[in-house]
Formats: sequence, C-alpha cells, structure tokens
Amino acid sequence: MSYQGTKINPTKFHRSQLKFYAVLVPLALFMMLPIVFILFHAFKPIDELFAFPPRFFVQRPTLENFRDLMSASTDSGIPFSRFVFNSVVVTAAVMFLSVMISALAAYAMSKMKFRLKRVLFEINTLALMFVPIAVQIPRYLVVEKTGLLDTYLAHVLPLLSMPIGLFLLKQFIDQVPDELKEAAMMDGAGDFLIFRKVILPVIRPALATVAILAFQAVWNNVETSNYYVNDEGVRTLAFFMSTMASQTGNTVAGQGMAAAASLIMFLPNLIMFIFLQSKVMNTMAHSGLK
Amino acid sequence: MKRTAINQAYVFLSPYLFLFGMFIVIPVLVAAGLSLTYFNTVEMPEWTGFKNYVDLFTHDEIFMQHVLPNTLKFALIVGPGGYIISFLLAWMLAQIPHKPRTVLALIIYSPSMTMGVAMSVVWKILFSGDQTGYLNAVLLEFGWIQAPIQWLQSPDYLMTIMIIVSLWSSMGVGFLAMLAGVLNIDQSMYEAGYIDGIKNRFQEIIYITIPSMKPQMLFGAVMSVVSTFQAGDIGVMLTGANPTPQYAGQLIVNHISDYGLIRFEMGYASAVSVILLIGVYALSRFSWKLFGEKD
Repeated sequence: MSYQGTKINPTKFHRSQLKFYAVLVPLALFMMLPIVFILFHAFKPIDELFAFPPRFFVQRPTLENFRDLMSASTDSGIPFSRFVFNSVVVTAAVMFLSVMISALAAYAMSKMKFRLKRVLFEINTLALMFVPIAVQIPRYLVVEKTGLLDTYLAHVLPLLSMPIGLFLLKQFIDQVPDELKEAAMMDGAGDFLIFRKVILPVIRPALATVAILAFQAVWNNVETSNYYVNDEGVRTLAFFMSTMASQTGNTVAGQGMAAAASLIMFLPNLIMFIFLQSKVMNTMAHSGLK
Repeated sequence: MKRTAINQAYVFLSPYLFLFGMFIVIPVLVAAGLSLTYFNTVEMPEWTGFKNYVDLFTHDEIFMQHVLPNTLKFALIVGPGGYIISFLLAWMLAQIPHKPRTVLALIIYSPSMTMGVAMSVVWKILFSGDQTGYLNAVLLEFGWIQAPIQWLQSPDYLMTIMIIVSLWSSMGVGFLAMLAGVLNIDQSMYEAGYIDGIKNRFQEIIYITIPSMKPQMLFGAVMSVVSTFQAGDIGVMLTGANPTPQYAGQLIVNHISDYGLIRFEMGYASAVSVILLIGVYALSRFSWKLFGEKD
C-alpha cells in the first residue's frame, strides 16, 4: 500500500482531494457573494435597484451609476474627481515612500553592524502588535502640534512607518547570502551602492508585498480624512465613500452610485493582488516569528 | 573605517526611526502621560493621578455594562474563531494542486482587502431594515419572519452581524502566512510521522503540521489579535452612529472615540487607550507562550 497521509502541494488532481474541494468551493462561493453582489448592483438601472422583491442579478446592465458618480459632488461642492485625484496622489506617495523607508531600515537591520541592532529589532517586533486606532487621540495631537492639519502630509506621514513592512523585508534580506555583499565590497562598492544594485533587485517579491500592504492601509483609510483634515478639498476617496455609505439606507437615492463607488474602491485592491500574489506568497514563507 | 560603518547604519535607519518615533512611540507615551490628567483640549492638562483609571472601573457604567462585555465577546469569537478558520482553510488549500489553490485562496483572501469603508455600503443594502432589504426579502419570501427586521438598528442583532462581517473578512495576512507555512513543510516529515505511528489527519496536524510551522502560527496569531481590535470601528460604520444603538455594538475603540473626539475628554480617553494597549499586548504575549520557540 502506498503512502496515505497528507500530500502537500500535489502536482495533479486525485480523488482523495475531493473532500477538500467539497468544503472549499461552497465556502468560497459563499464568501464571494457580497463582492459579486456589489458588482451586479453597480450596473443596475434605477428600476432594478429598487425592484420589489429585490433581485440579485442585473438584467439590463447600464453604466448610468458610473456616469452619475462622475458628475457627483459633495454638499460643499467638491467633485468626485477631486477625491479620486487626492487618493491617487496620497496612495502613490505612501506606497513609494513606505517601501523605500522600510527597505533602507531593513537593509541596515539585516546586513549592517551597529550597537542597537538587537534592541531596535525587538522594539519593532513589539510594534507589530501596535493598534494605531488605540492611540488616535495622541496621534491627532502630534499632527496638530506639527502643523500638519489640513495638508496632504497628514494623510501620508502617519502611515509611513509600518512595523510589519520592516519585519517582512528584514526577514527576506536575511535570506540573501552575505557573500553577495562581501563580493561587492571587494569591488569597492559602498553600502548605498550595494543596497541599490545588489539588494533591491533580489528582494523584489518582498518589496511588492510591502507595497500591497501599504496600499491597503492607505487606500481604505478614512481616519486621516476624518480627524486630520477639515478642508474637504484635501480629503480622500475613502472619505467620500464613507459619506455615501452613511447616506445609504436613510435615503433611497444614490444607492446605485454608492455601489459603483464601492466597486471602484475594491477593484484596485483585487487587481494588484492578482498580479502580485506569487510574490506575496514567496515573501510570506519568511514571515515566521520566533 | 569601522566608525563610518557604524554611522552609515543609522543613516539607513533614520527616516524609519524618525517616523516610527513620531507616530508610534510618542503617541503611546503621550497616551500614558495624558491618562493621568484631566485634559479637555482647551485648558492645560491637569494632573489627577490614577483618577481616570479608578473612574473607568468604578463609575463608568457604560464601560462596565456594555463596552467591556461587548469587546470581550467580539474579540473572543472573532480573534480565535478567525484564526482557527484561517488555519484550517490554509491547511486544506495546501493539499490541492497549485492552480485551483491560487483561485480559491484569492477568493478567500479578497474580503480582507475590503476592511472598512468599501463594503459598508453592501452591508447597509443587504441588511436594510425595510422589506426591500435583501435579507428581509428572502426571509419574508420563505415565511421565516412575519415583518421586516431592523437588522442594523436593533440591539438584538447588531453584535451578531458585526461578528459575521468581521469573520468574513478575517482571512488576511496571517492566513497567507499560514498557507505559505503549510506549503513549506517538508513532505518527508509526514512520511516519517506515519512510520512513527501517526494514524490519522488529526494527529498529523497536532504532531507534525503545527509544530513544523510554529513561527507562522505565531505571526498569524499576532496578526489576528491586532486586526480584531483594529476592526473595532465596524459597529459605528454599520449603524452610522457613535454611540451605537443602546450601546449594543459599542467596542472599546468606539468608547475611545466617543470620549476623546466627541466629548473631548482626552485624559479619560487616553486611559481607555492604555487599557486597550495593555490588553492587546497581553494577548500577543499569550500567543507567544503558545507558539514561541523556547530559548
């Protein structure tokens, strides 16, 4: 009799896997429902949105909701496009800067010698447990005292130091053999050159992973708009979404628009992850805490 | 030569450390300091010692009767529940071939990307209180209820909905880490295990799978503790009000916003923050005890 136990990462289908499919497929379908629902809802014309009894599927898809959304604006006259613009700017800045800042620090933590190395890594590991929402008040005071209120920087700076980003990158750089660095040093390269030419190219999967995590943190973030920015013109798409959401249910109008906006919020997340998922899995293999 | 190397490391670290200090270390210290004062944002903080903490546990009926029990209930179900589901799903996914696994993992992971606002519209529509709400329409159709239910405004259902929605989106980074962990276990470990007398899948999980991926299990546990508390805004998002109806969905995070940003009693709110941070730390330490590698 051949081996009957767990076969990890099998290469092809086998009857014994059916029991897993029997659990996973129905569960996945169930979990997809809310997302599929928003997809259908966003394309429903007005009479289908409020049909009774309500229907799940769209019958005559229309782009009307998206057209309404494009011309929508808040009570104070800030157009939808302004929020999209703000979100794109803020998101791009946070993604780029947090990845760079974390990668620089991770390189030092992994490949350089300095006295506080152990202590700093311990502190960062401790900070993995940090719950930003718990210190929303002192954070507000910091933003206020430093004069960041009502600026784009109020969206960006608080999100840049990501303990999980530094942690994942450091673990990943630990896998890069020291010989690579030493060989480059022999050729006379300094640390900055080594970081740029040797390390950055080989840690791309981890950079992509941290970029995704940063994206999710900033794109969906409403706190910075709610608490640090009073000027609506500087608020982000997530904020616009939250105002639409708070109106949904109270008033019937705007439901289709809200659904369309939800879809616009969600899709970039999904698309990024689909393209980068193999890199993310590669990085996660080194995510263990000891 | 040696000296410059030392200085360079701090150059690499300085942007991170600066922002880390400004938005993580300082806020935690300020919270600890303010928690010992009366501070209404207009006047200077006034030293009151441990009064805020004493008040919190002796005078704050809302905290003791609603916020604390709600938070414990929510955290105990969503934290360990989401964690166990994540592990079991990761374990099952690891045992099917690459292509279907990728598709299914993507679907299971995708709700966690929606954390927060993006999906609040969906819940509002699905759980809408009149007969056009989807859940009400289905239940009325089958005759299981006689009249539409105000799902989100009713203290009887709000907590349950919050828990379901949070569990739905709990397969996040920790889930991916555990999936990678299961996939990286050496196949020969299992074969050796069966020679040593392991009889079934359950023993396999207990004696081989979990011990071989302890670091990922720990990472997943810490992530689930953090995301559980970070998700605390869900009640306010669903009902659109802080405080939530009859405090049914009031969690400790909402209590902080309520006092700090609505009533501007920042000293008191800071005391609640400190209690929350200590709680999160204690839970993470507990995970460390379970899965951490002993030196």
